[in-house]
Amino acid sequence: MTTGHTGTTGTTWRDRLAGPLADPAGEAGHADGHPPRMGFFTDTSICIGCKACEVACKEWNGVPDTGLDLLGSSYDNTGALGANSWRHVAFVEQRVPAERVELGMPGIGAPEQPQRAETDDAGVRWLMSSDVCKHCTHAACLDVCPTGSLFRTEFGTVVVQEDICNGCGYCVPACPYGVIERRESDGRAFKCTLCYDRLRDGLEPACAKACPTDSIQFGPLDELRERAERRVEQLHDRGVPEARLYGEDPDDGVGGDGAFFLLLDEPEVYGLPPDPVVTTRDLPAMWKHMGMAAVAAAAGALAAFLGGRR
Amino acid sequence: MSPRREQEMVPRAEFRSYYGRPILKQPAWKVPDVPGYLFLGGLAGSSAMLGALGGATGRPGLARASRLVAAGSAVASVGALIHDLGRPERFLNMLRVLKPTSPLSVGSWILAPFSGLASASAASELTGLLPRLGTAAGAASAGLGPAMCTYTAVLLADTAIPAWHEAHRELPFLFAGGALTSGAGAALIAAPAAEQGPARRIGLIGAGMELAAAYRMERGLGLVGEPYRQGRPGKLLRAGRALTAVGAGLSVLGRRSRAVSAIAGAAYLAAGLCTRFGVFEAGKASAADPKYVVIPQRERLAGAAEPVVIEQSGAALSRP
Repeated sequence: MTTGHTGTTGTTWRDRLAGPLADPAGEAGHADGHPPRMGFFTDTSICIGCKACEVACKEWNGVPDTGLDLLGSSYDNTGALGANSWRHVAFVEQRVPAERVELGMPGIGAPEQPQRAETDDAGVRWLMSSDVCKHCTHAACLDVCPTGSLFRTEFGTVVVQEDICNGCGYCVPACPYGVIERRESDGRAFKCTLCYDRLRDGLEPACAKACPTDSIQFGPLDELRERAERRVEQLHDRGVPEARLYGEDPDDGVGGDGAFFLLLDEPEVYGLPPDPVVTTRDLPAMWKHMGMAAVAAAAGALAAFLGGRR
Repeated sequence: MSPRREQEMVPRAEFRSYYGRPILKQPAWKVPDVPGYLFLGGLAGSSAMLGALGGATGRPGLARASRLVAAGSAVASVGALIHDLGRPERFLNMLRVLKPTSPLSVGSWILAPFSGLASASAASELTGLLPRLGTAAGAASAGLGPAMCTYTAVLLADTAIPAWHEAHRELPFLFAGGALTSGAGAALIAAPAAEQGPARRIGLIGAGMELAAAYRMERGLGLVGEPYRQGRPGKLLRAGRALTAVGAGLSVLGRRSRAVSAIAGAAYLAAGLCTRFGVFEAGKASAADPKYVVIPQRERLAGAAEPVVIEQSGAALSRP
């Protein structure tokens, strides 16, 4: 591709909108020598649904409470990610054959114990998953933000600068995952910062720190992707063929997520979109169609004045 | 065609979800602020064109009325946008940067100079001061007019909202057509009868564009086009189409009657409001139901997995 070549970095303007991108922080203008891209690998196969991540996030980041709201959907009373919930543990209860309950938890007890089919739990499996902002390679929220409040950090993460945000709300419908939200009591948009303040001090994010099973793993994204590949292979070998990664692929519609997941069922079962695409991928086509419509409107107006006597 | 029959055009598809909850967030934008902002922006853009062209072709009454409408609706559009902000006192942050990836940033850089120029033109028109500068400002605002008529379509389309995003080819034409009929509508009410000819013709051209784009949006988008046909947004859009047709008909049949022309103009303006509110509500409906996210994305994944030959027109040639 030659059109739109910037000449210096080797990326084209189309690369900036969609597709794989080796170094989002560098592309955003951070100088050489910036830290590696950091992210989350959330291994839901070892999530125990304790919600320590939700609590630790709220405590560290001073996120307001959402009140006591019993939703009646298993143990999930948070519901969804939002301005006041930057981690959200989903609980899915599924009827399955009893043998399928074994999840291949690493290093616990004797392996290959037959499941106790007589217990009340037989034939039910619980999927638990701690969801979070994906810190997309191509972040629609950042692309559409008119004020420059949303920005790409030196760690390749996406953060709202609250002293700039004017609460226009454009990021909210732009996010293909439904993560970012305007806080009604405040007017500005809020979401996970991947604990930007802690990262700058060499600490791991509060949720990963608090996670008792290491379901939430924090580290350089390259390492996390390798670790996740190995974990999927391990689970497949242990007879969990449904284990799959979500958001790890740089060729997906958002150029890969900075926070990706190991899931045990289809993404939509956890409330995740199966094939998200950054909306700005199609922005060139949108500007083009706007241009054509604008020319048509101008031509129509001219024709109306030239086309008659009165 | 009855609504019931239209529903049957889309086959029922099974999909899975998390307790039926939405995947996407609903737009936080307020009603009537934002649909009103969409409508007023289009009205202002086409009125600026009518004003400048009216002035240039010796139609001072049409020019005066349209310039005043352009300024009034541009300022009101800015007001609606600011009122919708979570932090209105920070509205100037909109002009902090110019980002081509943000239609709202580009739009702010269109809207801000446009409203300034249109207001200058209207002020000159009202006071009679600096007539040449007023004419120049009016001409410059008319230059931005086509962008004013259409940028809000990109603003909606550049989101993850299925009904808006998938309509990104049609929405600019729908909004451009709607803007032309709105501007024509205002002129049919406010301009002298002897100078209404161009407004009448602009209205007919805009009505044609709008109806053609609406037809394509409702028929060509498959499942994500459903919110445009059903429920409250479906009613609003049907009302918008009917009012556009009434406005076009009355503007031609009643061209000798001042009163009938004014009714035609009112119909055009009401049509513009109904269409913007309908498009806005359809987007919200498509965000509220996870099926509009899951089913098209599943189909896309299935299509990518099997070798489907897609023709340029988008029709599948061979699907097993």
